[in-house]
Amino acid sequence: MKTLVWVEHDNQSVKDATLSTVTAAAKLGEVHLLVAGKGVSAVAEAAAQIAGVGKVHVADDAAYEHFLAENVAPLVVQLMDSHDAVLFPATTTGKNVAPRVAAALDVMQLSDILSVEGPDTFTRPIYAGNAIATVQTSDKKLVITVRGTAFDKAAATGGSGTVEAVAAAGDKGLSAFVGAEIAASERPELTSAKVIVSGGRALGSQEQFHALIDPLADKLGAAVGASRAAVDAGYAPNDYQVGQTGKIVAPMVYVAVGISGAIQHLAGMKDSKTIVAINKDEDAPIFQVADIGLVGDLFTLVPELTEKL
Amino acid sequence: MKVLVPVKRVLDYNVKPRVKADGTGVDLANVKMSMNPFDEIAIEEAVRLKEKGAATEIVVVTIGVAKAETDVLLTARAMGADRGILIQTDDEIEPLAVAKLLAKVAEEEQPGLIILGKQAIDDDSNQTGQMLAALLGWAQGTFASKVEIAGDRVHVTREIDGGLETVDLKLPAIVTTDLRLNEPRYATLPNIMKAKTKPVAKKTVADYGVDVTPRLKTLKVVEPAKRQAGIKVGSVDELVEKLKGMGVA
Repeated sequence: MKTLVWVEHDNQSVKDATLSTVTAAAKLGEVHLLVAGKGVSAVAEAAAQIAGVGKVHVADDAAYEHFLAENVAPLVVQLMDSHDAVLFPATTTGKNVAPRVAAALDVMQLSDILSVEGPDTFTRPIYAGNAIATVQTSDKKLVITVRGTAFDKAAATGGSGTVEAVAAAGDKGLSAFVGAEIAASERPELTSAKVIVSGGRALGSQEQFHALIDPLADKLGAAVGASRAAVDAGYAPNDYQVGQTGKIVAPMVYVAVGISGAIQHLAGMKDSKTIVAINKDEDAPIFQVADIGLVGDLFTLVPELTEKL
Repeated sequence: MKVLVPVKRVLDYNVKPRVKADGTGVDLANVKMSMNPFDEIAIEEAVRLKEKGAATEIVVVTIGVAKAETDVLLTARAMGADRGILIQTDDEIEPLAVAKLLAKVAEEEQPGLIILGKQAIDDDSNQTGQMLAALLGWAQGTFASKVEIAGDRVHVTREIDGGLETVDLKLPAIVTTDLRLNEPRYATLPNIMKAKTKPVAKKTVADYGVDVTPRLKTLKVVEPAKRQAGIKVGSVDELVEKLKGMGVA
């Protein structure tokens, strides 16, 4: 089978989500890549280094700079003449573009796969990860999004792909990029961080969230996350949200501070290698999944922990 | 401008899903079913557009069993939708087929904007809105946290990894809702009573001439592996020691 993997990037560098998607694609067959963007020759060169990749198709055009689905989906559809499957990382870009490709190909997409069981059979989470379904497709072409935390990352170097330019399909004139507010942060990215410190509603305010969580995260070199309750209460921005409706993470260590452990939050972090929970309620559901629990008042325990690390 | 809002009847979000012992799916017998929470946000946004004068009529459509009429179409009309369409079927319809049916409804209704939930909390597919946009050849503003109509364009602020992005889309367009777009109003009892007089057109899948044969076969459904509860430490010092043991401190 010939697969095409959507390379997640910011026109400057390849994002880690690409690497786990390559691993999933390699289970199906030959792996080719698509780099669509503007001024992406460095991205294409880096992508060609990913272990095990063949051709790197590069579409370099202003119409692709912001990955508008209206413009990039036709490009992917065009490349599907010569590929059997296309795999996107289940990032907001992948989730936005993949179904548009699937419908154009008259294919039922397989969302957020956790494993490849065979050339047409996959597992995927349903009901916020409360159930895992094994599904088999009868479609001739496959359109798939891949849950990054479920697959190991392919090595970013050691490959020798060949870069090949693809003619741009142009701007469809349906949509335009206006602007973006991307939170600038010195900290690692949530979805690829080795350690995450997450805060919940028990932090009580935006000020206290930052006053307690940020220094601890700095000490641990960790990314900062939050529960939906903390985001809804305005203590943390939405892109911090870990859970069914936010980001799915699986770091080495996940430190949950003042998070009770609602099902929807657990759905986003229960595959973490080690879960540490700090909560004053010893019956909080978070302790049912935590490897290490510490019961007590977070307002005294967290500063003490930060100081002693 | 007419706004079309497709909604889905799903297991109520407060009910914990239970996997059936025979592994064929999740048990939906005798449990509370409600409107998908993201779809409530979609209805609310349509109602706010109408209150601001940007929308003139709100049509709500659902595809599902007969009970969807009382479980979701009534709620949607009580929240402010003007009329409903029930496309009745007892079969499970996949997102691709749903998008094809909705494309037919859009051809008939000619809405200026279609607002959908970004995903249904049962199958978590996150596909229908984007697929519908592809089939209609329209622009799509997915995962919206802000929607502003400006003449024949709509500005949509989207929740993306790492922050927010604003796009300018040509109308007619598709918008899919994210959590922070708005806080849906409650369907009050007096409004539910009043909503009963708002019309509902009853259709069947066959009325639209769409092939809804499933492409995916569910071979089995299982519960995920459970995590075992670990240990509790008595002090910060013990926790620091554990973290050091793992090499993270």
